[in-house]
Amino acid sequence: MPIIKTEALTHVYSKGSPFESVALENINIEIAQGEFVGLIGHTGSGKSTFVQHLNGLLLPTNGRVLMDGADINSSKKLRHEIRFKVGLVFQYPEYQLFEETVYKDISFGPRNMKLSKQEIDERVREAAGFVGVPESLFEKSPLEISGGQKRRVAIAGVIAMRPDVLILDEPTAGLDPEGCESILNNISDYRRATGATIILVSHSMEDIAKISERLIVFDGGHIVMDDSPMEVFSQADRLRSIGLDVPVVTDIATRLRELSIYVPECCYTVSQLRDAILSLKKGGSSC
Amino acid sequence: MLKDITLGQYFPGNSFIHRLDPRTKLMCTIVYIAALFVAKSYVTYGILLLMLCLSVAVSRIKPSALLKGLKPLALIIVFTAILNLFYIKGGKELVSFWVLSITTEGIKTALFMVFRIMMLITGTFLLTYTTTPMALTDGLEIILNPLKKIHVPVHEFAMMMSIALRFIPTLIEEADKITNAQKARGADFETGKLTERAKALLPLLVPLFVSAFRRADELAIAMESRCYHGGEGRTRMKKLSMKASDFITIFASLVFLTGIIVLVQFGF
Repeated sequence: MPIIKTEALTHVYSKGSPFESVALENINIEIAQGEFVGLIGHTGSGKSTFVQHLNGLLLPTNGRVLMDGADINSSKKLRHEIRFKVGLVFQYPEYQLFEETVYKDISFGPRNMKLSKQEIDERVREAAGFVGVPESLFEKSPLEISGGQKRRVAIAGVIAMRPDVLILDEPTAGLDPEGCESILNNISDYRRATGATIILVSHSMEDIAKISERLIVFDGGHIVMDDSPMEVFSQADRLRSIGLDVPVVTDIATRLRELSIYVPECCYTVSQLRDAILSLKKGGSSC
Repeated sequence: MLKDITLGQYFPGNSFIHRLDPRTKLMCTIVYIAALFVAKSYVTYGILLLMLCLSVAVSRIKPSALLKGLKPLALIIVFTAILNLFYIKGGKELVSFWVLSITTEGIKTALFMVFRIMMLITGTFLLTYTTTPMALTDGLEIILNPLKKIHVPVHEFAMMMSIALRFIPTLIEEADKITNAQKARGADFETGKLTERAKALLPLLVPLFVSAFRRADELAIAMESRCYHGGEGRTRMKKLSMKASDFITIFASLVFLTGIIVLVQFGF
């Protein structure tokens, strides 16, 4: 059984007013336990609206959202509980920090779950470990640490709930390349350690290419592509026509092919392209 | 929940009222409020209500939009009505039990008070619904300009007001975002006792204040880097200009106020 399934999910903002706009239309999707899904689409394509349905923050105008086969909006209680199972990290999550200390802020989610003190402590330390927040920061105010650290603390605040599904909306926006890299690694580590399902929303094709196994492309409230990154990125023209792009590496590979250097088409990360070029040098072919 | 606040919300349009100079509209609103406080009888209230309905019709603002603005004040309106109903004594006594009694005069006063508050609010809403916040503060600044002679920082006040108005939608949006983020961490804003609910607001208010201060800081730097240094010698991109229709409207409103005063003097 898929962990998340949507059936004819439709969302209309301000229905019945002159500002009415259809944000999602008839979305049918299944996400399996443990998958790493990348969501892409340009601004206003409906991806943020979509992820807010997955933990019951937005109610579908039409259609259903199922988790483990149960409609998450069937009762108020279930909708509250689902938030602990589906952890959603918003864009710029550092602006939600409010507690006096980093430790207290990370423990906000677990405290809302009404866990025992010991369990909370365990989860906070574990979550901080996943995202690389050192214990020396625990007693500091979240307002006096650096921007990158704030982001980590905010992500830890969601991870501390040990969600089965972790959704991250642009987790690397506004970070330096090193920060991006390490946060993406943290997410991969979390998945490896817990077997959680990850849904990553991003504008950065490089980020998405690097770690996701399946790509869902949104445009105008519809899903226009749902395939492996290799398949999606091989349709560069189609992506460009909906305002997206392919990773720079894919572009380079295409140019190389135009110059009769036959690297395989499946290159969308730096390491793949590097290996492909190296094997060309040796006279073999990869992929 | 927060999206219901309609303070300073402008409804774009091109009606006669939309096109009036903000100063005209401000003065007419003041005259209207004065007339509301002068009015004492069914006749004068009736005339004022008619005037208000007429203005609303001309502005082409949906009456439902105006009435929606009354919703947050329902409590105050009900409270005023009840207070007046029981406190004003006079005329015939209708009902009485224990120390409370309702008289005809009480009912009349309560009715007038309720209408006064409601008409006051809808009238001023009409002003903010048909005038952009920028035009409004510009108009206010020019009207209050003479006060500069006695060292009242008029420009600073106007600037503060336009910035405040400008940031209301931004803050509402921000509050919505933070609310959602905290809900995603299991925060519960809807259930629980009053004290619990007040406590539950902390995760919303702290980040909201922090971001408001950050925004204020950034705005100050942005303004300074564009050489803003107060109102001295500052020119305007859009100069307000009074047209013939503005003078006629102001004159008509003054005649209207005089009419109401005369009616009241003659005991209507």
